[in-house]
Amino acid sequence: MRDTFVKTLLDIAKKDKNVYIVTGDLGFGVLKPFWDELPEQIINAGIAEQNMTSIAAGLAMQGKVVYTYSIGNFPTLRCIEQIRNDCAYHSANVKVVCVGGGFVYGSLGMSHHATEDLAIMRALPDVTVVAPGDLVEAAEATKAIYTTPGTCYLRLGRGGEKQIHNKIDDFKIGKAIKIKTGKNVAVFSTGAIFDEVDEACHELEKEGITPTVYTFPTVKPIDKDTIIECAKEHKAIITVEEHNLSGGFGSAVAEVLAEADDVKAKLVRVALDDRYSCIVGSQKYLRKQYGIDAQAVIAKVKENY
Amino acid sequence: MKSEQLAWLIRRHGIEMTHLSHGSHIASILSVADIVAVLYNDIANISPENLNDENRDRIVLSKGHAGAAIYAALAEKSFFDVEELKTHYADGSRLSGHVSHKGIPGVEISTGSLGHGACMACGIALNAKINKKPYYTYAIVGDGECDEGSIWEMALFANQFKLNQFVVIVDHNKMQSLDYCENTLSLAPFAKKWEAFGWNVFDIDGHNHDELKKALNDAKQSLDKPTVIIANTVKGKGVSFMESDILWHYRFPHEGEEYDGALNELHASMPNGVVDPYEEAKK
Repeated sequence: MRDTFVKTLLDIAKKDKNVYIVTGDLGFGVLKPFWDELPEQIINAGIAEQNMTSIAAGLAMQGKVVYTYSIGNFPTLRCIEQIRNDCAYHSANVKVVCVGGGFVYGSLGMSHHATEDLAIMRALPDVTVVAPGDLVEAAEATKAIYTTPGTCYLRLGRGGEKQIHNKIDDFKIGKAIKIKTGKNVAVFSTGAIFDEVDEACHELEKEGITPTVYTFPTVKPIDKDTIIECAKEHKAIITVEEHNLSGGFGSAVAEVLAEADDVKAKLVRVALDDRYSCIVGSQKYLRKQYGIDAQAVIAKVKENY
Repeated sequence: MKSEQLAWLIRRHGIEMTHLSHGSHIASILSVADIVAVLYNDIANISPENLNDENRDRIVLSKGHAGAAIYAALAEKSFFDVEELKTHYADGSRLSGHVSHKGIPGVEISTGSLGHGACMACGIALNAKINKKPYYTYAIVGDGECDEGSIWEMALFANQFKLNQFVVIVDHNKMQSLDYCENTLSLAPFAKKWEAFGWNVFDIDGHNHDELKKALNDAKQSLDKPTVIIANTVKGKGVSFMESDILWHYRFPHEGEEYDGALNELHASMPNGVVDPYEEAKK
């Protein structure tokens, strides 16, 4: 996913000399294609995320489109006030890019688990929050935030994500993407955990269980229409995210449902149970450990089908 | 107008604005007044006519709490109506206590949380370097603000990228919110710290306009280093009972002897050719 991002951004930046990457000294190997081709358009701000983000805001206010780049919580939580005051309040064209949303860096320990970022970024006015679910969504999201004015957050996985969509014809910020039409239960997924949802659906299909499935590459603004429509036509909505329960994608869906008229669907959130992980392990292992893997999705679908 | 006259007017407006609004930070406004006056009057190429010119110089008040000094300077320089200064802090006003850029011509960016403006200014200066633009970026930073780690991140960055058109002016009044800097997080040896970070350093009297002008002009000789001007100032400068007294970081000049006393002192030091705008209004 990170390679897709860099490749897509490189194409954009070749055509638009105002596009810059400012990295917080991360992206070894990953940023190399960009560095090799456009060394004038990439800046290493060092291990100094606060200054990196303010520098990006300063550059953006002079007309540049600036992508800040780092991993885990470093481009977001470490410098959240810079994103709030310097980027969002100034409507600065800064695109905050995180590689490693969720348990991507599972073995590196709690510091590297990005599991509250969606909630925190979503709480900021004038910040668009995007979490692509596969390589095609990642490419589309990278293009979409380039043309979306103001501050955006792009939450990526790392590498090894599948390509699940063949192509997406009409990618729009704020619009969910229908993967399949089913019945009784609608599964909503955001971010790279779409892998698990996809795997769950294949398993369920063998048993003749066919839920409706959507991906939500945009967490903010959330696609209210799709949520309400599905809530009217299904018994239950199951949200899936590699993120904490509090304030994340499931919460965004809950907010819409709580204020909607005439919807009966129950909401079930598959997310981290409001905790940090002191256990380490691969992304796959930790998803299983914390009940956010394909098996968890299968169980929730069956319970509510 | 001479910079000494503008500095006096900034102080006069500062007293009036904080008096009317019961606003804080009068001592910081008095401390920074000469720096602001010299920048707007003699150094920076910025005027109501060139606000959209990408080659204009940029001034960023990183110590946003002294915002009244910037508003006063801008109003006196005809960026907006002097009359509006009276709305500082008021319900529905755009003149927030910490400097705001929204709808206020001449203010580049909003600040208030310390350690932000200087870094954004550094980004603005980087833009000049990248695009080979002639403009200078001036960031006015507090000494207490230098407690913030981001200031030193910025100091490393500006040196690394050889931002020679970037000038930081530290309003070194030796005091912060609760106490003297020295009793809080000592900055000494302050000039040497900046030198060690690779900066071109001027250590001057921040109330002496000739020294300020000389340092700001000499900064333009720098070919490969950012410049810091450590402007040694007195917090509350110009009103003796406010000088170097921590009380006046937050206290406003109350009706009666505080307000009257402050005005008497200002009037006693009024430069030739200045008219007190508030006396004038009463007539």
